[in-house]
Amino acid sequence: MTRTPDNRPHLTVTLTINGEKRELDLDARVTLLDALRDRLGLTGTKKGCDQGACGACTVMADGRRVLSCLTLAAQCEGREITTIEGLSADGALHPVQEAFVRHDAFQCGYCTPGQVMSAVCLLTEGRAGSDADIREFMSGNLCRCGAYPNIVAAIRELAGDGDA
Amino acid sequence: MREFEYVRADEIGQAVATVTADPAASYLAGGTTQLDLMKDGVLGPERLVDITRLPMRGVAREGGTLRVGALTTMEELAADPTVAGRLPLVRQALLLGASVQLRNMATIGGNLLQRTRCRYFRDPTVPACNKRSPGTGCAAVTGAARMHAVLGAGRACIALHASDLAVALVALDAVVHVQSRDGTRSIPLTGFYLLPGDTPDRENVLAHGELITAVDIPLPPEGTRSGYLKVRDRASYEFALASAAVALILDDGVIREARVALGGVGTVPWRAREAEDVLRGAPAAAPAFLAAAEASVRDPFTVPGTAFKVELAKRTLVRALRTVAEAS
Repeated sequence: MTRTPDNRPHLTVTLTINGEKRELDLDARVTLLDALRDRLGLTGTKKGCDQGACGACTVMADGRRVLSCLTLAAQCEGREITTIEGLSADGALHPVQEAFVRHDAFQCGYCTPGQVMSAVCLLTEGRAGSDADIREFMSGNLCRCGAYPNIVAAIRELAGDGDA
Repeated sequence: MREFEYVRADEIGQAVATVTADPAASYLAGGTTQLDLMKDGVLGPERLVDITRLPMRGVAREGGTLRVGALTTMEELAADPTVAGRLPLVRQALLLGASVQLRNMATIGGNLLQRTRCRYFRDPTVPACNKRSPGTGCAAVTGAARMHAVLGAGRACIALHASDLAVALVALDAVVHVQSRDGTRSIPLTGFYLLPGDTPDRENVLAHGELITAVDIPLPPEGTRSGYLKVRDRASYEFALASAAVALILDDGVIREARVALGGVGTVPWRAREAEDVLRGAPAAAPAFLAAAEASVRDPFTVPGTAFKVELAKRTLVRALRTVAEAS
């Protein structure tokens, strides 16, 4: 923790984003979301409500889904952060992204990166046992276009054994 | 957001000393309430001590008690096998709260200390809030109060304590372990929260700088059946309008032991001992459930927006008791 010439609290943070170490000089107030979007150019992660209510900013920290809008960038030092850009390499789509395309699981697309990150984690958590479970454990991701039935269908296809 | 200095604590004593010495310092754990209120301008700490790297995480069984480190997340506690096997009401209360993302961040200590969702408290452009600015009045008593409290409430404040977990934990007589600069102390959760009275800004018995390090949950006897019922405006990811945490020991259809607490209706997580007294020794059937519900909601303070909650809380408790009693 240092101070800038005009006496503002300031710190240097090393973040590991999608496997790559990035060093940033930050105001302590900068959230992980703003660091990703405004400092690192990773604009796939969306700013929806900026108050922890919508899920558009969902990323993974050490493999768990969290909200980047309520996480300080400074808190993430030493943690493995994965964003939508880090889901797959070389521009290929992740299977969850392919399923979203197949099932038309979005309209405007603004919530989609958060939905996809959440769905990837949901499948890893083993919580896609039924449509009711998918709805419950995806409830932290709002979709103002109302693409919910198709989002559930996309996840169900990947889960395989969900009720139809 | 007001500027603040970020400090990462490596050791519990150092964190406690830093916050205790500075009236403008706060702890930062999961951040889901803290950062939200800082963005809204309700909280403005000048120094934020990040405690997330301190060794206060994990769940351990010690005889008849489950010791939960304060930094254990809600998802971690819900996934604990002892919680799943012996404490269904705790597991249900956890999983019915917030979203997976928030539960991966929010800690057990922070959950107990979460601030009210009262929209007037959370909006600094509203001048009247005794909790935020003591002595200014209460905008909620004449405002939109659907999400507010009827028990423990009064003209000075009707802000709801919105934790589901705390409701289950007061029913179980959980104990909070706290560290201060002077040492440690243990506080029963039933005596942890303060009714608003004339000082709604004081929400619990902690002094500035005291840090919750762990929470002990006494395991109820084998054979105890329990559950948490949450009634709300949407099916998931919503705060309770009314909720009930119930634990019963039945013996041939008679209630031998009962624990009851209500949520969504209290300025503090509401232990309903009067309801427990009604249930103990009674046949586990509708008459006792209805009488317990009547006893659980005594002397409510209602405003037009919250009046419906008196009946809703009673019906919620009856359904919770019936569900738990009938579960095989």
